[in-house]
Amino acid sequence: MTLGVRSRLALRAVALGYLLILLLVPLGMILFRTFEDGLVAFWESVTTPASISAIGMSLTIVAIVVPANVIFGIVTALALARGRFPGKGVVQAVVDLPFAVSPVIVGVSLVLLWGVNGWFGGLAEAGFQVIFSLPGMVLATIFVTLPFVVREVEPVLHEIGDEQEQAAATLGASRWQTFWRITLPAIRWGLAYGVVLTVARSLGEFGALTVVAGGVPGESQTLTLLVHARYIDDHNTFGAYSAATVLMGLALVTLLLMTVLNRKREAA
Amino acid sequence: MLWLSLIVLLPLAAVLVRALDGGLAGLWDAVTAPSAVAALQFTIVASAIVTLANAVVGTLIAWVLVRDDFRGKGLVDAMIDLLLALPTIVASIVLLALYGPRSPIGIDLFATKPAVVLALLFVTLPFVVRSVQPVLMEADREAEEAAASLGAGNWTIFRRVVLPALVPTLLGGGGLAFARALGEYGSVVLIGGGIPRDTEVSSQYIAKQIETDQPTSAAAVSLTLLLVAFVVLFVLRVGAKRSMRHEVSA
Repeated sequence: MTLGVRSRLALRAVALGYLLILLLVPLGMILFRTFEDGLVAFWESVTTPASISAIGMSLTIVAIVVPANVIFGIVTALALARGRFPGKGVVQAVVDLPFAVSPVIVGVSLVLLWGVNGWFGGLAEAGFQVIFSLPGMVLATIFVTLPFVVREVEPVLHEIGDEQEQAAATLGASRWQTFWRITLPAIRWGLAYGVVLTVARSLGEFGALTVVAGGVPGESQTLTLLVHARYIDDHNTFGAYSAATVLMGLALVTLLLMTVLNRKREAA
Repeated sequence: MLWLSLIVLLPLAAVLVRALDGGLAGLWDAVTAPSAVAALQFTIVASAIVTLANAVVGTLIAWVLVRDDFRGKGLVDAMIDLLLALPTIVASIVLLALYGPRSPIGIDLFATKPAVVLALLFVTLPFVVRSVQPVLMEADREAEEAAASLGAGNWTIFRRVVLPALVPTLLGGGGLAFARALGEYGSVVLIGGGIPRDTEVSSQYIAKQIETDQPTSAAAVSLTLLLVAFVVLFVLRVGAKRSMRHEVSA
């Protein structure tokens, strides 16, 4: 199907115009608003104590969620790719479940489980508070990012097969040695890609956190919650734009990493 | 697997049990509360509109990205990923900057239904584009050329040759977009305004129920929303399988 020059240009114009209206112009607008008062104003707005502690909070969550998901992701991917056990289909479905569940529902479910009146409410009464504090925010973030590492590592495991692993085992390598020397190097790019996706989603998570986190500045406020609080509660539009710009910068870095890793993965 | 249960299954089980706290009658009452119904209706209608719009525009953009060639195409391709990488709350505020109260072009959509649809279009665009793209790349160009040499016009070729091959992926990508739109919260929360019985979507309603300490009602609406998402995903998956089989046997 070869289109005439005219209809090809028309299609191109529609596609580009749509992206322009939906993404590019709004994006340019927010950058303009952020920097119209100069870099100093922007810098001051993102280095307020509340802002710094929000950035710290976001990074703390990432620092806990990433190792947890890497360990869980590799173990699960290995089980799904190599193991044979009853109920494998169910596990596959459960791993994908977080993609289909609204973030707000994730938050609600955690409140119902860990909140004061929840099933594990005893913990809260005993002084270990999950909801409205860091553990709850970490649990919510792990929930929404759970599939990423598994879904990136599992296909790689299928692709490389287990011949090298078997060879290593025949030569007397322990399972641990086989994992470190054979399996891990083979899956490294897929794993890295999964980690990048996890980091991006962790930094950007909002819906689940609004329900689970108290949003107390300095205590349980992440960058995304800060954007919301500044815009709605403080009527500090400029501050919200600045914080959003920081998040956009992080998203851009993620995007670059994804592109680089994708090339490495395809070359490998 | 204990981990999986603790993180994912147990919380969801808590939702199910809490939703049935007051028996089926209680569940029914919570779900049929006027603002709950209004929110659910609006959510489903908006998600359906967005999914259909995405099926058309997404296919068009994928087409341009695969079959057209121009400078800066790589950048356009990266923009699709950017939509996916941007945090939802950023999506909300980005749209507000242009289409909000301080709009430089005089379009203030703040707290209107079109604003909610706009936000949903923003966050769901990548799903259809990214599903259709690889299929278009592998599409059978010879069949298209054969149709053309037999005198078929472009529109006929698209309808009879290209589109049938795309149906399974359109259903898959559309399903993803629909599920995402159904549960979307972050991108809607600032620009939508969350006016009850007007621009409030179900996820906002649920969050509000939790804030006002009505967890049973929140759980009931959550359960309903999850069921809608699963049913739609299931139906689309069956549809995709069937059209794929049709494609093979044809």
